[in-house]
Amino acid sequence: MIVFDHVVKRYPNGREALSGVTFRIDAGEMVFLTGRSGAGKSTVLKLIALLERPTRGTVLVNGKNTGALKPRHVPAFRRNIGVVFQDHRLLADRPVYDNVALPLIVADTPLKEIDRRVRAALDQVGLRGKENALPLELSVGEQQRVGIARAVVSKPPLLIADEPTGNLDPELSLEVMRLFKRFSDVGVTVVIATHDLNLVREFGQREIVLDNGRVVNPQESDDLPSVIATR
Amino acid sequence: MSFRPVAYVARHVQAFLGSLGRLARNPLATMLTLVVIALALALPLGLKIFVTNARAATGDFANALDISVYLRTDVSLEKAEQLARSARERPDVAEVTLIPADQALAEFREHSGFAAALQVLQENPLPHVLHVRPTRESSSPAAIETLRRYFAAWPEVEIVQLDTEWVLRFNAILELLRRFLAIAALVLAVGVLAVVGNTIRLEILNRRAEIEVTKLVGGSNAFVRRPFLYTGALYGLGGALLALGIVVAAVVALEGPVATLAQSYGSEYTLTGPAREDVGALLAGGVLLGWIGAWIAAARHLRDIEPRA
Repeated sequence: MIVFDHVVKRYPNGREALSGVTFRIDAGEMVFLTGRSGAGKSTVLKLIALLERPTRGTVLVNGKNTGALKPRHVPAFRRNIGVVFQDHRLLADRPVYDNVALPLIVADTPLKEIDRRVRAALDQVGLRGKENALPLELSVGEQQRVGIARAVVSKPPLLIADEPTGNLDPELSLEVMRLFKRFSDVGVTVVIATHDLNLVREFGQREIVLDNGRVVNPQESDDLPSVIATR
Repeated sequence: MSFRPVAYVARHVQAFLGSLGRLARNPLATMLTLVVIALALALPLGLKIFVTNARAATGDFANALDISVYLRTDVSLEKAEQLARSARERPDVAEVTLIPADQALAEFREHSGFAAALQVLQENPLPHVLHVRPTRESSSPAAIETLRRYFAAWPEVEIVQLDTEWVLRFNAILELLRRFLAIAALVLAVGVLAVVGNTIRLEILNRRAEIEVTKLVGGSNAFVRRPFLYTGALYGLGGALLALGIVVAAVVALEGPVATLAQSYGSEYTLTGPAREDVGALLAGGVLLGWIGAWIAAARHLRDIEPRA
């Protein structure tokens, strides 16, 4: 579960990216974050993945208050979140297998277990047989699927994606979104930041709309006080 | 997360092999760095070997520090023997040799070439002499001076002769060289730290994207730092091995000329290379310096690299 409670994020240059954002995403939900460029979508994802900390307010992710998390606990926290980027962020000099295995390697997973899980993840994204290919030998869509396989290989309870279809044609975009839906169907919480409203409508999932650092569909803040009070 | 020792060791082996592979894939850059480290390590090792050989070539200093105690000519042989026994009882004296006047004259007659002239002497003009060798612990200039004063105070003593100034000077030069060696080793160690640190800094910058992704998927600072530490240690080890090769090659090249020079002085002296403990210290020092240099660079630069969204 993810809870944002009156979250303000102000960057060192003085720009306020989020101005009192409040919402809640339940475990296993698939939610779209939408809004124009600069609305604050990426900042929400950065706060979830603890790439940034809130200036004010509370962010709860998987039961952890990210603002209070000590630096030494950040790596373990991030191991429970799968992140997918528009530009894939693959290691160009490593084969697909090594890219996908990375989250398991950093977690000191036994080699046999790594092998089993990497092959299963590649199977899930339809890339079985591409283990030894370098990322640049793959199409853009395949590279994105490698990024997704890397994000889900350690079976995190939370998957976040920042414009995952930004570089893909409509058909590939649909294919990638279907993948995310499949993960959501098996209990993974999925949060996708996108400006592709057609795609959002196609899947009919819940949408949190941001504009100028604020949530503009107010029903999102319902029931929050009881959640925060328990922490 | 529970600790898995087998997986942990496997990660270390993987990091080590990965570092080794990365160095091997850039042979020119790796070799240039190794040469710089090797030169920095070879200099103190070469100096150490020079000092060791200089000491060996000039013999044992303690043996060279003999004190000649000339007794008055009217002192009897019995008294001279008694004085010799008395001298031997001192804890700062290693050995006392009495050369009786008759023996000294006989030797002088045999070796001086004045045998005929000496025949005309009515009596032996030479005194009994005590050759006193101080212990190794009492070979300092101050201790020698104490001994000299002690023997000079005996009423039976005519003169105490110390022909040891050159030894003391040489000793001082070697001490100076030893100090210079220590300073040079310290300065060059800092140089090795700087070379390794800068090399690792550049590698960290080159691999920034990889570090960001690794941290993003939950890689700890220790995990990210590990391959850089192994790279630093490998640089240190490689540099030390190359330094050893340079020094051994220099010893081999100088061995012949030194032996020829020694033979011209009637000596059997041969140049000796680095001792086993020198090799151990060099390799351990190289690895340690590489590791520390990498650690400093990694600690300084890795904390500045955080994943971007």
